[in-house]
Amino acid sequence: MFWLFFLPVMALLFAAWHFGLRRNQVRKASLGLSLTSYLAFGFLYAPILVVAVMSFNNSRFRLEWVGFTTKWYAKIFGDESVTGGLEGAQLLAATQNTLVLAIISTAIATVIGSLLGYGLHRYRFPGSQLTAWLMYIPVVTPDIVMAISLLLLYQVLRNVAPFFEPGMPAMVIAHVTFQIAFVAIVVRSRLATLDPALEEAARDLYASPLETVRQVVLPLALPGVMAGALLAFTLSIDDFVISFFTSGPDSQTLPILIYASVKRGITPDINALSTIIVLLTMVGVFLSQILQRNQK
Amino acid sequence: MKKPKLEAAGGELLTPMQLLSRAAVTAGPGIVWIALFLILPMLILLGYSFLTRDELGNAVFPLTVDNYVRFAGWDVLGYDAAYLIIVGRTILVSLVTTLFCVLIAYPLAFFIAAHEPKTRDRLMIFVILPSWVNLVIRTYAWMIMFNPSSPITQLAATLGMVGPNEGLYPSDFAVYLGMINVFLPFIVLPLYSAVERIDWSQLEAAQDLYATKTQAFIQVLVPQTLPGLTAGIILTAIPALGMFVVPDLLGGAKVALIGNSIAQQFGASRDYPFGAAISFLVMGLTLLVLWLYARRVGEKGMRDLL
Repeated sequence: MFWLFFLPVMALLFAAWHFGLRRNQVRKASLGLSLTSYLAFGFLYAPILVVAVMSFNNSRFRLEWVGFTTKWYAKIFGDESVTGGLEGAQLLAATQNTLVLAIISTAIATVIGSLLGYGLHRYRFPGSQLTAWLMYIPVVTPDIVMAISLLLLYQVLRNVAPFFEPGMPAMVIAHVTFQIAFVAIVVRSRLATLDPALEEAARDLYASPLETVRQVVLPLALPGVMAGALLAFTLSIDDFVISFFTSGPDSQTLPILIYASVKRGITPDINALSTIIVLLTMVGVFLSQILQRNQK
Repeated sequence: MKKPKLEAAGGELLTPMQLLSRAAVTAGPGIVWIALFLILPMLILLGYSFLTRDELGNAVFPLTVDNYVRFAGWDVLGYDAAYLIIVGRTILVSLVTTLFCVLIAYPLAFFIAAHEPKTRDRLMIFVILPSWVNLVIRTYAWMIMFNPSSPITQLAATLGMVGPNEGLYPSDFAVYLGMINVFLPFIVLPLYSAVERIDWSQLEAAQDLYATKTQAFIQVLVPQTLPGLTAGIILTAIPALGMFVVPDLLGGAKVALIGNSIAQQFGASRDYPFGAAISFLVMGLTLLVLWLYARRVGEKGMRDLL
């Protein structure tokens, strides 16, 4: 029965396909094509809008609309007179953990990943092809598999070093692992668009290898490095599954906190919190997109 | 004495030793990190999958293939294909999700490509933005939309799709919608970059030769978008196999997928070796697909993935 919902979608898809290829107008979107696309955009944004709207709902427990309020935002920003939902201390700790994790892991991953991207771009060495291929593993592998394999690694290493107890250091290592791959890929494809003659010219003018990197390669690659860093940062903030399996009791992040509260029953302050995170994420993505566009 | 062979790199001639040391300084830390925290964990995962679980839930020797045998259905209590059914359901969910994503992504990609270059970039940002909103948040939004008192559920109840006081979740339907919603941008992105590169004169040529719309679409446009489509399918179908959050929140106990089974072994069931065996199968499949894909499109083609 649920499948009936898909019927209108199918009808629209057919219409789009049928009218979308009008002769000599291929570069102009037809009505059917536009309509389907607007629906698709609506579908993509529906969950986000619902969360944003519900964050202004004046009800503690129920999921239906009761009335307008901004008290959940006030609560998140420290108004202790608002009752219900999360504890302020928990929220503060989770926010701190999320940011600390994202900042430290991004810093490490940006340095190591950019160097890796440069090395792979510049030098062919035994294993360079294999490494270039390995970098795509974190891009495709389901999160849960990476999370589990790291969890088991930590379990083994814990016999040697207590450093690998579930908690912040373990989470940083896990995040850096997938971030490195993304940073290296972004930096490398930025480097691939550069004119190799620039680097050669610097060398011809007796710049040392280090000077060449510092004064020619780095400034040119900087938009790529920045874009890679922003991508890594957003990935870290966004991650739930890998953090979930490597975190300890004192290192809950915001996504883990949200998941735990959703499991207990959605509360409006979670909606408000999510809306704030959504807005911040979108600002971050906008910045990184602008940086990437400027590369062209 | 034989002169060492020199290799050119960025306007320099380097001996093999120099080249290696340069590579070690730049790519070295990254390679060490990948070896330690990406490759080694995979090997440990494989190793764990051959261990046994003792009464306390610890993974111990002796080595055994029991976990894989149990996965295939032969347990101490006799044959039970429960896990194979979960695998079948997961593959079905992954394929249906991919199919619907492709069906929605095609018109969307053509729609975006029909705009001015500046507008295209903006529209693409709008496609990507939702994928940066936390997965947990986007998934629980469907719980709000599909709870028994929501307008959508009421409408469905009026149409007789659900009983009174019943929600649209947990259900297959909710899982599918959640999955399609999550993965749609991952297909649109590579598909769009293929559509953007389409040589439209070929379409005109086909139409001049009296090709019907269907023929023109299937024989001229689809082949040109194939690289992007393949990348998109890989980016959707594979991660969908391990998806854990969406079925966990929207499927309830009714729609368990592989991702939930793995999570269960590392949570409530505390059977790490068995969980490792399931994870390793998913990972093996992932690596196989990635390897086949790399062989087919080459290293440059893989850039479609990101």
